[in-house]
Amino acid sequence: MQGNWRGLRKAAVAVTAMLTTLACGAQQANNSTTASDVGITKDTITIGATYPLSGTASAYASVAKGMNAYFQYINDKGGINGRKVTYIVVDDVYNAANTPAKARELVEQDKIFAAVGNLGTGPNLAVRQYYNDNSVPDLFVFTGSDHWGNDFGQYPWTLGWQPDYEAEGKIYAKDILANNPGAKVAILFQNDDYGKDYVNGITKGLGDKATSMIVKTATYNAGDPVDMSSQVNQLKASGADTFYIVTTPAYTASALVNSQSSWKPAHIYLNSVGASTLTVQTVLKRLGNSSAFDGMQTTTYLKDPNDPAQANDPGVLKYKDIITKYGNGCEFINPFCVAGVACAFTTVDVLTKAGNNLSRKNVMDIAANQLNETNNFMLLNGIVVKTTKTDHFPIRQERLEKWQGDASGGRYVPIGDIISGR
Amino acid sequence: MSSRFLGISAYVWIAIVVGVVVLIGIPLSTDKFTTFEFANVAVYVIALMGLNLLTGYSGQISLGNGAFMAIGGYTTALTAYHLKHSFGIDSPAILYASIPLAALLAGLFGFLFGFPALRLSGIYLALATFALALSIPPIIDIDKLEFILQGHSGVNLHPLHPPDFLALSDEQWLYFVNCAIAGLMFVLAWNLVRSTTGRAFMAVRDSETAAVASGVSLSYYKTLAFGISAAYSGIAGSLLAISVAYVNPDVFGLQLSLALLVAAVIGGLGFEFGPLIGGLFFVWLPYWSEQVSKLHVGTFQLPSKPDVFYGVLLVVIIFFAPSGFMGVIMRGIGVYRARRAAARGEKIVIAPTAGVLEEESIGEEPSEISN
Repeated sequence: MQGNWRGLRKAAVAVTAMLTTLACGAQQANNSTTASDVGITKDTITIGATYPLSGTASAYASVAKGMNAYFQYINDKGGINGRKVTYIVVDDVYNAANTPAKARELVEQDKIFAAVGNLGTGPNLAVRQYYNDNSVPDLFVFTGSDHWGNDFGQYPWTLGWQPDYEAEGKIYAKDILANNPGAKVAILFQNDDYGKDYVNGITKGLGDKATSMIVKTATYNAGDPVDMSSQVNQLKASGADTFYIVTTPAYTASALVNSQSSWKPAHIYLNSVGASTLTVQTVLKRLGNSSAFDGMQTTTYLKDPNDPAQANDPGVLKYKDIITKYGNGCEFINPFCVAGVACAFTTVDVLTKAGNNLSRKNVMDIAANQLNETNNFMLLNGIVVKTTKTDHFPIRQERLEKWQGDASGGRYVPIGDIISGR
Repeated sequence: MSSRFLGISAYVWIAIVVGVVVLIGIPLSTDKFTTFEFANVAVYVIALMGLNLLTGYSGQISLGNGAFMAIGGYTTALTAYHLKHSFGIDSPAILYASIPLAALLAGLFGFLFGFPALRLSGIYLALATFALALSIPPIIDIDKLEFILQGHSGVNLHPLHPPDFLALSDEQWLYFVNCAIAGLMFVLAWNLVRSTTGRAFMAVRDSETAAVASGVSLSYYKTLAFGISAAYSGIAGSLLAISVAYVNPDVFGLQLSLALLVAAVIGGLGFEFGPLIGGLFFVWLPYWSEQVSKLHVGTFQLPSKPDVFYGVLLVVIIFFAPSGFMGVIMRGIGVYRARRAAARGEKIVIAPTAGVLEEESIGEEPSEISN
């Protein structure tokens, strides 16, 4: 019986495929239950993304590794409705000048169905026009700029995923006002939309007090030599006691090292995109002082495989299995690997919902308007990935955490409950 | 013109016909990505022609032509941006119209830069132009000028669309626009090199003392060479901005200037066709080295670095073809002609590459075959 059914289904698929091939302009003719598009075959779905695989932001390559690990895991379990995912990653070195050609390479040459997880605010701003002009889904871009949610009307093929930077900046401002109202804040930020979003967040959050509390800012450009000593010295000279670090991981490491040489700010707020456990542990090892960053705060929306309290969480255990088997060298405790796995989960979720109606339009519609994911196994319990016709910010919730040094290298400890930044 | 020109005119005509067929065939027979990359080749060919006129023909080494490209690129981007946001004028015609403006502004800037550069030569000129390449991107980044220059976030442009009556893709249209402009600039360069000005450039290059003794004004021709080179670079920068539909300071960073000089050397400095080969290398060598080193990850392999392969290939090319690919080709042609002439029992002469010098002995190094 089962065998017959399978045979029937195979025959049906074959007939459908033949009809699709025969009928010109089949896409209009099809009813909405089955549809296909570039990058989709009977048994594959090809997607891709641009990442910094080399250069100063190459720490983010781990996000791509995490994504790929989850796709491999899904493929070994039979794929998405029988289709295996091929994830093609190309290197744009986190330089917006390279990204347009790389995006074309993915779309025109690799014939991807959709871009998933393109990383970086600058790189994404450089290519969203291209993806939108060509109606290629540009899903779950790895950047917390609020452009993606706010500009959705103008760029309906580009969608964010992670919580936005401005909201995160506001969370830090709230914490400063509540616990450290006399703070003199010095800010180091990357001189682009990503950095400025974080600065806007804290400035808006501090409100009237922003001009008096923020005593000094310093910047660097993406791709600059990774040495923040000059910037940190300028900030130190301002007499600030609170250090707000808005940097990608390599620059975070340099900023943290330099902050300890003579300044030792009383409070440090570290933006989540540069706050990798690995980065902080590496710096501490280099400083030889395991308590140097105790109390340093950041936020996260992800489960932390490095947190003993979450060690037996079923999601974390599953994650551990996946990374061990398919991680391709991705470090288990690396939050970027976690982010990749979690984002791939949402991607698989969307593609599964689309069923056999795998047109770019339908998949985009599901992702941008109909997401309601409550079971993402690597997001903190209680965080929902949700989009509606009027809301295109998939993740809005996050949680503060603070660093706790110890003999094993140190870890983040959660503070309070999940809060909504936006 | 000498009879030799008439003698080989059939070959030249065949070459021209084949060239045109290939040029038209590329966008019609390849995918959009390849067409787009070849459109970029045309852009870099223009930039390299500018560098070739300056370094190859007038002998002034430049590590800063990326800065001239930045001026061209930003002329186009900012004209379009500010007309749109301040005056509500948003039309693709602005992009086309900005190309000559880019040439003019960049050319003027280059001409002015030529004055301080007059006092410098050799390694010191290289350093001065190097400083230029280093300083332009941070200047674009200045916070206080962000309302004009748009800072590090850059400027997005509308991609160029073909006119409605042409059934071409955006990429094909871009390719033909870029190639047409590159072709025009090539003809201009070709004629320039054969004019009094071109001969003066080469006189300055070969010996400043001899040039002055012959009545060539060093200051005039050196600054002129900078101006013309910068105008070429400005056009290339403008077209690059239009092609990519986005500019930010990183687009015109130091590595662009360095890569231009490398590509010019690989193509062959002082040869008219050097920039063509250089442009092909500029665009396709990094791509192929990436493919070969498998950084383009289908099945996810990260470890190898394309830069290493790129570097090794460069060393090999410089080692085996120090006068660039055109040097090798011209030497081959020279040897072939000399043999043919010897077989006919004629006097052994080697063809000068561009007809400027009438005769040269066969024993000389190819790098000394003058144009």
